[in-house]
Order: sequence, then structure tokens, then C-alpha cells
Amino acid sequence: MGRAMPAPSTTRNVTGTRFTRGLGIATLASIGLLAVLGLVVTPADAVQRNGVRIMYVHVPSVWLAYLAFVVTGVASAAYLWPRTRSLTWDRIAGASAEIGVLYVAITLVTGSLWGRLSWGRYWVWDARLTTTALLFVTYLGYLAVRGLGGTHPQRARRSALVAMFAVVEIPLVHFSVQRWNTLHQEESIAKGEINGLMLFAIFWGVVAFTLLYVWLLLHRQRVMAMEDAVEDRGLDRALVERRAEALVGRT
Amino acid sequence: MSVWAVARRIAAKDLRIEARSRVLVNQVLPFSGVVMVLFAFALDKASSDIPRQVAPGLVWLATVFSLLVMIQRVFAVERDDGALDALRVAGVTPAGLFLGKTIGLAVQLLALDLVLVVLAVILFDTAVAGLAAAGLLAVTVVVAGTALAGVGTLYGGLAAGAKGRDTLLPLLMLPVVVPVLIGATRSTEAAFGTGGIGMTEGWAWVALVGAFAALAVGGGALAFGALLEE
Repeated sequence: MGRAMPAPSTTRNVTGTRFTRGLGIATLASIGLLAVLGLVVTPADAVQRNGVRIMYVHVPSVWLAYLAFVVTGVASAAYLWPRTRSLTWDRIAGASAEIGVLYVAITLVTGSLWGRLSWGRYWVWDARLTTTALLFVTYLGYLAVRGLGGTHPQRARRSALVAMFAVVEIPLVHFSVQRWNTLHQEESIAKGEINGLMLFAIFWGVVAFTLLYVWLLLHRQRVMAMEDAVEDRGLDRALVERRAEALVGRT
Repeated sequence: MSVWAVARRIAAKDLRIEARSRVLVNQVLPFSGVVMVLFAFALDKASSDIPRQVAPGLVWLATVFSLLVMIQRVFAVERDDGALDALRVAGVTPAGLFLGKTIGLAVQLLALDLVLVVLAVILFDTAVAGLAAAGLLAVTVVVAGTALAGVGTLYGGLAAGAKGRDTLLPLLMLPVVVPVLIGATRSTEAAFGTGGIGMTEGWAWVALVGAFAALAVGGGALAFGALLEE
């Protein structure tokens, strides 16, 4: 239980290392550059005008949300696979899901604001929107399952199974909602309808958000490892104390 | 004992408990009836055409809400007096346990849906037009009931051992049953002739729900052991 992380330091209880500090600085710098690119350098769109600037946050955040949930799925499978079973995988899955939920929330908020500007409505019952909203709720449920308590292996197995169910369920949900209703405009990036500078801003957004994702993931997963270690230590200490009491009682 | 023998006995046991306690008849059915009536109030005028058009969806929404109540009941039966632990100690295969509880739940859902369809006909002025429509509706009820029972047993088993389970179950289960809700609603619309979709499309939706049911029951039988093993 509570297999120790390659702990950053045994004396100081911190989650940062030289690498994560460097990564954090790079993340901040790239987000700063994204803000400049998105707000100043890129032109307003002919049709969407300044509303298009929302895309530089919206598109990267949804891509990273998908990536985060893929990582959760893969890490959960790695936990369930006996040969690679390790609580580190469980913590990576949990940390990634938390960040994924954050990114989906950003996607939904920015998307509905953009929708208000472009379609005149905050929400339309389109397949992709609806699936994304259900994705959000599904992973909120996953995080709730992680919070159910029990031992760490219990938590790990239970949440890994729920993550596997989500992997199976989401394509079905998407397919059924798609057949139910579709009016989302086609993805425009693949068709090359966007000018180069705008495309670069979106690309840069993906870079910045990926750095942020990795940075958050490393820290969060280490915090989780520490939480687990604290719980284990508390349990060990309680066991030692009870044993000592029993011995005292016997003499 | 083989998985199927276990499943049959568990299902028979659950249905016998239901036959003696009458929780479905005395509590769940009245609850779903109240839900149907409340829908009519929420949709403003029971006399307008709107309730008639959305009646198929209401049937399945009421089913899903009732399912939440039923799952809690189905697992409360196992939790009381440590029956679930006793079953596991007795070496009952988890797959058999899962299938048995799923079958028991599916049979109860079938009974519930028959009542709800009749209620939809009475309250919302819908009708099943012809034998082909009745066949489609019957298959829909069986297939969707199986899918819902499978998902319900799976997540019910997951939440059974945990504190805060009563509030967690709807959050976990409702997003998952979306394909069933959509598919069953569309094919029921085809059977009622209210949604402007044909019988062929209705059957296509039933096939989707059937695929879902196969996944839910198959996946549940595989995963149930790992969920309970705690």
C-alpha cells in the first residue's frame, strides 16, 4: 500500500522539483504568449469578429480534456492489468480526471459564451455539445466514486472499473445523441478554412494547455501520493499504539 | 453450480421476496403513476397536444426514476442482515449473482413498463396502432428493461457498499442510461405513431438499445466480482 513515489525530497514535504519549477515557468510564459496572440496579434474574424478569440481557449481546452480522459482510461487499464498494478497508476488516473473535468468545464463555459455570440443562444441541443455535457457529468461521478473511501486498493479498483465503464459508454452515448439530433457546424480546422495566424494561436493554445496539464498532473499526483502516505502512516501509528496498549494490559 | 443455475435461483429468490413484500406493487407502481401525473402538470395543460407527443419519453423517464428506487430496494434486500456477505462466503459466483439480480430486476421493470404504457394510453390519449406496433413496443420494453436492469445492477452493486450511496447512484447511472432513454423513446414513438418516425427506424433504435443491453449485461457479469470483492 501507499507505495512511495519517487519522492521529490524526503526531508522537505514539497511536490515541486527543479523540473516542475521549470515547467511551471514555461507554462506561465506560454499562457502569457497565448493571451498576447489571442487578444492582440490575431485579427478579428470576418464573420465572428472578436468572438473568434474565444476559440483560442475553447478548442485547446476540449482537446486537452479528451487527452486527460484518455490518460485516465489508460492509467485505469494499467492498474487493472495485474502485471502493471500500482497505486501510482491509480493516482495518475485520478489526477488526470480532475484536470479533465476542469478543462471540460472551461470548454462548456467558453463554448456557451461563443454560442451566444455566434448562434444567439447559450446552448443548442447538438450532439457534440450534449455529449460533452454528459462527459462532464460522467467524470464528476467518477471523481465522486474516488471519494467513497475504503482502503487505497479498494478505491483504485472501484474507480478503475468506473473509468472502464465510461470508456465503453461514451462512444455509445455520442452515437445515440448524434442520431437523436445534429446541427453543430462541421469542424473547420481540418478543412483549412482558418487563416494561418489564427491556426497558430490555436496550436499555441494546445501547447500552453498541454504544459499546464502536465504541470498540474505531476503536482496533483504527488499530493495524492502524500495524502495516501499520511493515511497509511496514521494507520500504522494507530496499530503500533493499540499493540502497545495490549502489551501493557497483559503485564 | 453453474452460473445459470445460480442466476435462476437468485432471480427466483428476489422475485419471491417481491411477491411477499409487494414493494413494487404497493410503492414503486404508485410512485411511477404519480410521476406520470406530475408530468402532465409540468407540461401545463393535459388537454393540449404536448403531453400526447411527449408521452413515449415520459414513459421511459418515469421508468428510469422508478429504477433508481428499485435498485436501492434490490440491494437493501442483500445488505440487510449481511446477506450479500453470506452469499459471497458461500462461494456464489459473482457473475451468477449479477445475472440473477439483473433478471429479477428486468422482470419487475417489465411489469412496471406495462403499467406505464397503459397509463400513457389512458392519461395522454395515445394508442398502439396495430399488431406490428404492438410487437415493436413489446420488444422495446423487454430489451430496454434488460439494458436498464443490467446497468442498474452494475452501479447498484458498486454503490451498495459505500456510504453516501443513495445520492451517488443517480449521478453515476443517469448519464449512462442516455442511449437507452433515447433509443427506447424513439421506438416507443414509432409504436405510438407520435414522433413522425417510421417502424423501420423504430426497429433500428431497438437494435441500438439491444447492443447496449448486451454490453451492460456482459460487462456487468465480468466486472461484478471485482466490484464486490472488498
